[in-house]
Amino acid sequence: MKYQAVIGLEVHIQLKTNTKIFCGCSTQFGAEPNSQTCPVCLGLPGALPVLNKKVAEFAIMAGLATNCTIAERSIFARKNYFYPDLPKGYQISQYEDPICLKGWLDIQVEGEEQKRIGLTRIHIEEDAGKLVHGDAPGLEDGSGVDLNRACTPLLEAVSEPDLRSSDEAVAYLKKLHQIVTWLGICDGNMEEGSFRCDANVSVMPVGSDTFGTRAEIKNVNSFRFVKLAIEHEIERQIDLIEDGGKVVQETRLFDPNSGKTRSMRGKEEAHDYRYFPDPDLVPLVINSQWVERVRQGLPELPETRRARFMEQYALPVYDAEVLTASRALAEYVEAAIALHNNPKAVSNWTMGEITRGLNDNSIAIEVCPVTPPLLAGLIRLIDSGTISGKIAKTVFDEMWKSGKDAETIVKEQGLLQVSDTGAIEAIIDEIMGANAGQVEEYRGGKDKVLGFFVGQVMKASKGKANPAVVNELLLSKLKG
Amino acid sequence: MSISDFTIHELSSKLQNREISAVEAASEMLSHIEATNPKVNSFITVTPEQAIADATAADKHIAAGTASPLTGIPVAVKDIFLTEGIRTTCGSRILENFIPPYSATSWEKLKRQGVTLLGKLNQDEFAMGSSNESSAAGLCRNPWNTERIPGGSSGGSAAAIAARQATATLGTDTGGSIRQPASHCSCVGLKPTYGRVSRYGVIAYASSLDQVGPITRDVTDCSIMLAAIAGYDPKDSTSVDTPVPDYLAALGNGVKGMRIGLPKEYFIAGLHPDVQKSMDEAIAVYRGLGAEFVEVSLPHTDYAVATYYLIATAEASSNLARYEGVRFGHRSENAEGLIDMMTRSRSEGFGTEVKRRIMLGTYALSSGYYDAYYVKAQKARTLIMHDFIKTFADVDLLLTPVAPTPAFKIGEKVNDPLQMYLSDIFTIPVNLAGTCAMSLPAGFSADGLPIGLQLIGKPFGEEAVLRAGYAFEQATEWHTRKADI
Repeated sequence: MKYQAVIGLEVHIQLKTNTKIFCGCSTQFGAEPNSQTCPVCLGLPGALPVLNKKVAEFAIMAGLATNCTIAERSIFARKNYFYPDLPKGYQISQYEDPICLKGWLDIQVEGEEQKRIGLTRIHIEEDAGKLVHGDAPGLEDGSGVDLNRACTPLLEAVSEPDLRSSDEAVAYLKKLHQIVTWLGICDGNMEEGSFRCDANVSVMPVGSDTFGTRAEIKNVNSFRFVKLAIEHEIERQIDLIEDGGKVVQETRLFDPNSGKTRSMRGKEEAHDYRYFPDPDLVPLVINSQWVERVRQGLPELPETRRARFMEQYALPVYDAEVLTASRALAEYVEAAIALHNNPKAVSNWTMGEITRGLNDNSIAIEVCPVTPPLLAGLIRLIDSGTISGKIAKTVFDEMWKSGKDAETIVKEQGLLQVSDTGAIEAIIDEIMGANAGQVEEYRGGKDKVLGFFVGQVMKASKGKANPAVVNELLLSKLKG
Repeated sequence: MSISDFTIHELSSKLQNREISAVEAASEMLSHIEATNPKVNSFITVTPEQAIADATAADKHIAAGTASPLTGIPVAVKDIFLTEGIRTTCGSRILENFIPPYSATSWEKLKRQGVTLLGKLNQDEFAMGSSNESSAAGLCRNPWNTERIPGGSSGGSAAAIAARQATATLGTDTGGSIRQPASHCSCVGLKPTYGRVSRYGVIAYASSLDQVGPITRDVTDCSIMLAAIAGYDPKDSTSVDTPVPDYLAALGNGVKGMRIGLPKEYFIAGLHPDVQKSMDEAIAVYRGLGAEFVEVSLPHTDYAVATYYLIATAEASSNLARYEGVRFGHRSENAEGLIDMMTRSRSEGFGTEVKRRIMLGTYALSSGYYDAYYVKAQKARTLIMHDFIKTFADVDLLLTPVAPTPAFKIGEKVNDPLQMYLSDIFTIPVNLAGTCAMSLPAGFSADGLPIGLQLIGKPFGEEAVLRAGYAFEQATEWHTRKADI
């Protein structure tokens, strides 16, 4: 039998606010354990939460960028369970009435048609702290609790079970990642857990319209692992069914070392979270003016920008897609184009030399040593015929190293292109004299020999001769 | 008359006139506490050093002319208020040695006015009870009759006033916990409108019902205390940003022409005849002062106790989850492993009534029961709230008994939680509706036990409640009677 996978994703997005969701403590990562805490995030008796408005604003931004409806009134609820990293014994989340409802994202898997994936909801919640085990200083062989992360704001985005393959899941995840980092509401760092994902996976016979029993795979922390975990899980479920077994509803944990998932807890061990509205917080009321204000302040979103790159700069779809992968990259490109209006050249250099340089040095576009003005300056020299494309590569390498502008480098190193016909003629004459045999061959009808002469002339001029002039002069001289 | 007999306004003028120093006042109160506390047990913690330090500072303010009407006034607060650096147990073993690192906003406000802190007062554990018998610090006795309960949960806050151990106290009221003990101890006790006083730093029992309020000797003192603690607090999302009126200014305006409702559901057959008699007398007093009475109906009153015990316990089951021995409070020494540590710490730290309510609340919120219990209770709460809103369209105040009987005997209802819960039948609806109400002395039973009168006001209508209370007080002498302790 052939099977069809059905996948839904729950993504936790850590918000990039300066302070926590319900108190004024800093959200900075990596501080001394428990140094960023107060009565509220420690869950001390008598402490009360007060919502950080920035969190609501970020949630509205995320909702608008994913085509959600923003609820006029959303409710904070308590999710009750005991765990030492959960100071109050409950997590403040949203349950029945989340802030964002019914959105969608369009995804594109290579070689397939664009597909629309539904977003059930996005809600606001607080993060828990973390446990430190064993060898940490001062713990000896015990365990400790670090509550610096407790009360850090999160969004949870829940997709509809619209995804049908691991590739679709990854495409959806990348799209969502692109949007939240683009909006500047999440740093997108998956290693530090700023963007993490749980996957609900089930399989059913092809053609069926009844979903199979699903397993939830917890905390898959890279795009690659999401793909691996889902593929493994699909395979595991199919094997199980083929062997006459049944998939049980359970929570499974992905082990990146073995590439497999293993059972964490079954349905019968599932918590009863006893959700109820948090009486310490008033309903979050968002009027249409607030939504409009946020909408006005939204940056141009990736899809819109991609379309504009194609329209305004006549860039091919591939270029537009690559250059809008991140907001910083798109900003870079537009800054360079604004200084020298040759979009395609800017695009080529950015996708070529710049990207290579960034990858080789593992740095982000924001700190690229060849800044938009430097890149624009370089292309301007090429376009004006001051330097050749070949020399430009040398100039680029030098710009990357020294941060000097192209003009300065060209002057300092004497790399100006030679377009003086007299100087070039002298070289041509010399080379024709030294290679009389090849001249005869050409004149005898062997056109290919022209390439040999161009090469020789360029070599003799150390690459500085203007290739167009060289070509023109050679042709007339060779014809005699 | 000794210093301990003075009201805030009496003592304040003597302090300002330098007839008495704040240190003298503090010292006398402390020695009075020492003499009487073994009989009453209203204090869990007495803070003599703090009191003398506060009083010394107060005397300096008085000398410098920078004093407020509360400067140098000896007060004590229920042990549910977090007091920075001073042990706060909430009447529970689980917080036996808890020294809070911060203070409750309401207490902080009093402190800024320069009051002298005498100590922390006895209460039912986590404010769960109507008799102060569930306290881990032992029961508290009624100064009017030490075989009787003082009421609860703010039993210590009322008993300390009746025993003249503090000039004023703070309590909290979730279902009657200020008004019922005030009634049983012949004090003035006010539960302000929900949102009027900050809950920040007050250990939560049931967050949607808890409210801070004063217990005092008379209505004037109650107004002074309320003015000091009321107001919006940015640290409490449920506190309301509405101006605090000048409560004292309106006190003398009388009740002439006021329309007072008598809800028929509150004058029931089970009412103790002496309570009924006191109510009849009070109505006559008000008539004499020019108030007009109308019978009204709050038809959903019957559902109030059931509704309360679902909502309050549901919230409590979650509010009390933080006491698991990980970060503070009692941690079991016999535990093996994490879950065992949490379970044992809670089993050892909580008392019977607290456990009962945690279980009730956990049940009410459980999957499969949530709609039948919690959701239904919320619907009933809305109906009860609407009863009040409708009634207040027609009347200015409601007059009712505070409790169906005077203070009962110690031990009488300990093994009958249902009977115990029913003693709050007239106070609970006010918390569910979120409005304000005051208990004030209105007489004594044949066997000499105090009987209180409840005035229920509109939301944020404390002014009218205090004004009517003051008028009654001026026309009667019940509040001047003193317990013989």
